[in-house]
Amino acid sequence: MLSPWFLCRNEDLKEMLESNKESLKLEAMKRIVGLIAKGKNASELFPAVVKNVASKNIELKKLVYVYLVRYAEEQQDLALLSISTFQRALKDPNQLIRASALRVLSSIRVPIIVPIMMLAIKEAATDLSPYVRKTAAHAIQKLFSLDPDQKEHLIEVIEKLLKDKSTLVAGSVVMAFEEVCPDRIDLIHKNYRKLCNLLVDVEEWGQVVIIHMLTRYARTQFVSPWREDAVFDENSEKAFYDSEEERRVDQSKPYIMDPDHRLLLRNTKPLLQSRNTAVVMAVSQLYWHLSPKHELSIITKSLVRLLRSHREVQYIVLQNIATMSIQRKGMFEPFMKSFYVRSTDATHIKTLKLEILTNLANEANISTILREFQTYVKSQDKAFAAATIQAIGCCATNISEVTDTCLNGLVLLLSNRDETVVAESVVVIKKLLQTQPSQHSDIIKHMAKLFDNITVPMARASILWLMGEYCEHVPKIAPDVLRKMAKTFTDEEDIVKLQIVNLAAKLYLTNSKQTKLLTQYILNLGKYDQNYDIRDRTRFIRQLIVPNEKSGALSKYARRILMAPKPAPVLQSAFKDRDRFQLGTLSHTLNSQASGYLELSDWPAVAPDQSVRNVEVVEPQKNGNAVKVESRSESESGSESSSSESSSESRSELDSDSDSGTDQKKNTKPKPKTLNIMTKYILIHIVLSISSPFFVNCMCSLLHLCVFLACQFDAVSWPVRVSLQASSPVFVPETSHELLHRMTGKGLSAQYRFTRQPCIYGNSMVSLQLTLSNRTDQALENIHISEKSSTGQNIHRFNAIGELNTTKEDEFSVSIQPAVGELLLPITMSEADFTKEQGNTNTSYWHADETPTNQPIHFSACISRFAGKTVSSGSLVLVSVALKDPDAMITINTEKTVMGSMLLRQVKTALTNSGP
Amino acid sequence: MIHSLFLVNASGDIFLEKHWKSVVSRSVCDYFFEAVERATEPENVPPVIPTPHHCLINVLRQRVYFVAVIQSEVPPLFVIEFLHRVVDTFQDYFGVCTEAAVKDNVVVVYELLEEMLDNGFPLATESNILKELIKPPTILRTVVNTITGSTNVGEQLPTGQLSVVPWRRTGVKYTNNEAYFDVVEEIDAIIDKSGSTITAEIQGVIDACVKLTGMPDLTLSFMNPRLLDDVSFHPCVRFKRWEAERILSFVPPDGNFRLLSYHVSSQNLVAIPVYVKHNISFREGSSQGRFELTLGPKQTMGKAVESVLVSSQLPRGVLNANLSPSQGTYTFDPVTKLLSWDVGKINPQKLPSLKGSMSLQTGASKPDENPTINLQFKIQQLAVSGLKVNRLDMYGEKYKPFKGIKYMTKAGKFQVRT
Repeated sequence: MLSPWFLCRNEDLKEMLESNKESLKLEAMKRIVGLIAKGKNASELFPAVVKNVASKNIELKKLVYVYLVRYAEEQQDLALLSISTFQRALKDPNQLIRASALRVLSSIRVPIIVPIMMLAIKEAATDLSPYVRKTAAHAIQKLFSLDPDQKEHLIEVIEKLLKDKSTLVAGSVVMAFEEVCPDRIDLIHKNYRKLCNLLVDVEEWGQVVIIHMLTRYARTQFVSPWREDAVFDENSEKAFYDSEEERRVDQSKPYIMDPDHRLLLRNTKPLLQSRNTAVVMAVSQLYWHLSPKHELSIITKSLVRLLRSHREVQYIVLQNIATMSIQRKGMFEPFMKSFYVRSTDATHIKTLKLEILTNLANEANISTILREFQTYVKSQDKAFAAATIQAIGCCATNISEVTDTCLNGLVLLLSNRDETVVAESVVVIKKLLQTQPSQHSDIIKHMAKLFDNITVPMARASILWLMGEYCEHVPKIAPDVLRKMAKTFTDEEDIVKLQIVNLAAKLYLTNSKQTKLLTQYILNLGKYDQNYDIRDRTRFIRQLIVPNEKSGALSKYARRILMAPKPAPVLQSAFKDRDRFQLGTLSHTLNSQASGYLELSDWPAVAPDQSVRNVEVVEPQKNGNAVKVESRSESESGSESSSSESSSESRSELDSDSDSGTDQKKNTKPKPKTLNIMTKYILIHIVLSISSPFFVNCMCSLLHLCVFLACQFDAVSWPVRVSLQASSPVFVPETSHELLHRMTGKGLSAQYRFTRQPCIYGNSMVSLQLTLSNRTDQALENIHISEKSSTGQNIHRFNAIGELNTTKEDEFSVSIQPAVGELLLPITMSEADFTKEQGNTNTSYWHADETPTNQPIHFSACISRFAGKTVSSGSLVLVSVALKDPDAMITINTEKTVMGSMLLRQVKTALTNSGP
Repeated sequence: MIHSLFLVNASGDIFLEKHWKSVVSRSVCDYFFEAVERATEPENVPPVIPTPHHCLINVLRQRVYFVAVIQSEVPPLFVIEFLHRVVDTFQDYFGVCTEAAVKDNVVVVYELLEEMLDNGFPLATESNILKELIKPPTILRTVVNTITGSTNVGEQLPTGQLSVVPWRRTGVKYTNNEAYFDVVEEIDAIIDKSGSTITAEIQGVIDACVKLTGMPDLTLSFMNPRLLDDVSFHPCVRFKRWEAERILSFVPPDGNFRLLSYHVSSQNLVAIPVYVKHNISFREGSSQGRFELTLGPKQTMGKAVESVLVSSQLPRGVLNANLSPSQGTYTFDPVTKLLSWDVGKINPQKLPSLKGSMSLQTGASKPDENPTINLQFKIQQLAVSGLKVNRLDMYGEKYKPFKGIKYMTKAGKFQVRT
């Protein structure tokens, strides 16, 4: 087969491969790869190539690998020569070499080496490098396709790899799972939560596979979330599946979503923002199949966004939207305009958009849609125009209000110059008239008039059928049409001829006086027609309508047979039953089951045991345990740590989390299952030191400050200023502030309160009482404050001072917003000292302002004084309020200017707004 | 997953094939060729073509079809997205992804495909990783390689693959550290006959070119992040930070990448920067048609509208067009009936116009639809949605980078119905 020229080339290449020079060999291999790429046969060179498999040159080696994988199947014996090289490479210290050796070894489709492959895979599955383990996961599928008998052993490896915590491996092993043992759902149980949690960090391709697998898994493990809102079509079906008693149980107990079900929905949601369209589609289908109906709307925007992508992506996404929009119009209705057709769209895109617009049509928007359709009808793309007419027909049948408008519009189109448009209109009008014929004899007359100009057979046939069917509405015109047709019968298309025969028969039955002769003439013509269908039909009709001895009983019923009322055709979308396939799959696109398609099961009536998914983890916190967390973040060290940590990825955090998970696993203790809703309170004292830039961010809780000030105005004499002895506050407000609402915290709520107690951990700290309560029905584990809380050096640092990590998977950023007053410690000093200090203006700044007070303030003395020191630095703060009705004079002396001005503002507003 | 890949050029030749599992005969492409023949335009080829034993999923980029052979169930978007990623990678490596470029670099293409897929499942698609595995061909490197015999193939596993930031290669060093961001917004609009807007949307992207040493951690904040209605991110962006604070915080990949694409909420009114006055008419019975088109700026916030290009598919009955533009040049292809007018810059004082007559086929009836006009334009230094970047900060590295932000507004699918 090979040309002599080619042979000589082959000789050359062989020579080059056998030379000593690396560069020559490389050049030869490059040419060979070029041949392979073109699809030329280069198998002759196998022996010469295989020799180079152990080459030191990486590129040469890789090219040899390419060659081997391509031809090893054809040259099995020779391929065996290379095996030992790979076996050696499997032990190489370089992980890249180990991985690529395994890749090639498993890609060589030679059955003899199955045992070697099996061994290599088992070994690689326990390799230290996740990259090699990933390669092992890929090799599983290859081995399985080479030798399905190895299934059992491979499942063992899959089981082991499923436990792997590396994000690199997760996608590949799930792929292997899907290919080898998709029915072994039990392997997933223990890994379900881990997979959900890793999902965000898995590479995008793995995400798609995992999401599809988890969709299937969830449908077998959780009960349907769709029961409460029964707006959904499928619910009628559901009712069928649920037995009677089941229903009763449902009614008594409101549906509570399994937390694992919720976990899946929650962890996939961020992926809607992925740049990878396949991931977005995968998440969308997951929500479609798994989420409660009211949560479904979040996928709409993302799907519509995908429409901006490449043509091919649009095609698939539009198909899926078409299926969705049949069941849930509301989802896409706000985005209707995104489905408007542009003249530059490809034909299949146009038809899909039309389909969706038709699905979205309702009483409210139909006028807009019809106006849009009018533009499309005039399109130069006639096939598209025809499709539009069909769409109009669909809208007309679905929405009875506009049926007449549509009909009139379609009748206007009958005078269109383009044949396809006219033909399509006729066909659609025919379908529409069938639903309400009596009122529309005008239209039938109009069509009869146009009949001579219409040449498209399908349209002519449709008009004839209409004439026959409704001949009683147009008693004068129908015989005339038949007369015309008798003249042209021989020139008509077959489909038209059949309808002529039909029309003749019907007229004969209703109006035999006028049409008897015509009918006989036509039946004679039909009898000798070339087409046997027409001959058959003619013979049948003649026997049926013309009574003679032979015809028997049937002719009595001729009228009832031919003139029977016919049910109107249902114009329905081609995507009507597409939802039997999982969205986003190849089968859905093709609308037929592709090989390897895995059916999505129906929701189980009763949820299988949920404890199978429990991974045993020790709970660090038990009911009522008080946990003391101390996070010292001095201002300087805090900013340093934040800068060093900001470079490390947030992802690393997750790793560390999962690591801690393993540690905990070692000392396992089965978790008690709690069925009733249980609330537990954990008290945590968080001790924070607060430094001056902190104030910049403080927002005031005014009233508190005011009360606080008011109770400190009793002056007791403590003459020595230097000590600045702190006194205990007279009044501690019980009001606590919300740190984390239970809705945002997914069940965990947190409140904080300033205890105004000296802190036991250090003098420069403010103590804070944190009350955490669990409003969910399960135990929350491992609540701790994440160390990496500070996020930057700028103003926002404060936002993250207290970050609570609740449950293993969730992290909530919270911020504590104390009033300035909470950061002061009251001190006692005599009035004289107070004034002395106040006078000492060398070191302190003072702020004064006159404030009009709305209400009279009833202090006993005219001047109220407060002395305090800041907690962090111990600098003195003096506040005095002098009342000169109706105004108040506030004086604040402190070194801390910023704080002083804030304090002033707060006192001022407090006095103005609330009074004491 | 993906079984084989065939690259087919516009004239229907298979010029490259690659198989990841056992070899699939190239005769499977016959089904594809049939579909191409049935479709009138190359764009009309259905992306998914079923055959008795396989399924062909194809994408068309730069007049090259990438046909993937699938044997069993796989999400079609998975394959489509991957094929586009392959094309993007080729473009990244060779500048363009044409038949010639692929043929010239067959070996690199093959090495790339080998790395990107293993057994039909994507392995490494991140450009930073691939570039560490296989160095892109440059003229200098080709020369050096032929002399020294060194190779394009890296010897070590890219560390990025294993790290927590798999998209960034390690050991990046630059003497000039710079980070540039381009905010590009496209207006998709349909304008009706009377000039009123039927639908208009803004789609934007932020493309970045980051050349920074080490492991920089960047944060980018906007003046008005609420504008962004729907966003999709490069995997490097920390989603939680965005959710909480509407700040983009990320360790960037090295080189060019798309940081973000967004959609501006459709509730906002879109400023349409250009108006088109048109008068295209055909008279019944006459073989002449009139054609008049004037463009003018509207709501451009004082910025010049540049690189304006008007194109229109005239009705089939039009034989020729005899037009005179007040500026720029126009062409009319009598075969495809495509009229295109390269206007250039719109001068508000002297509005560009294109006037003249069209000759119609004699005896043919008047076309019943006027052509739609597709418009392209560019406005520099303007993001039409009003999106503004507030600041860009870098953490984790000591040096001071050079930062730059550019805004641009373009016409996306901008159509005027006449």
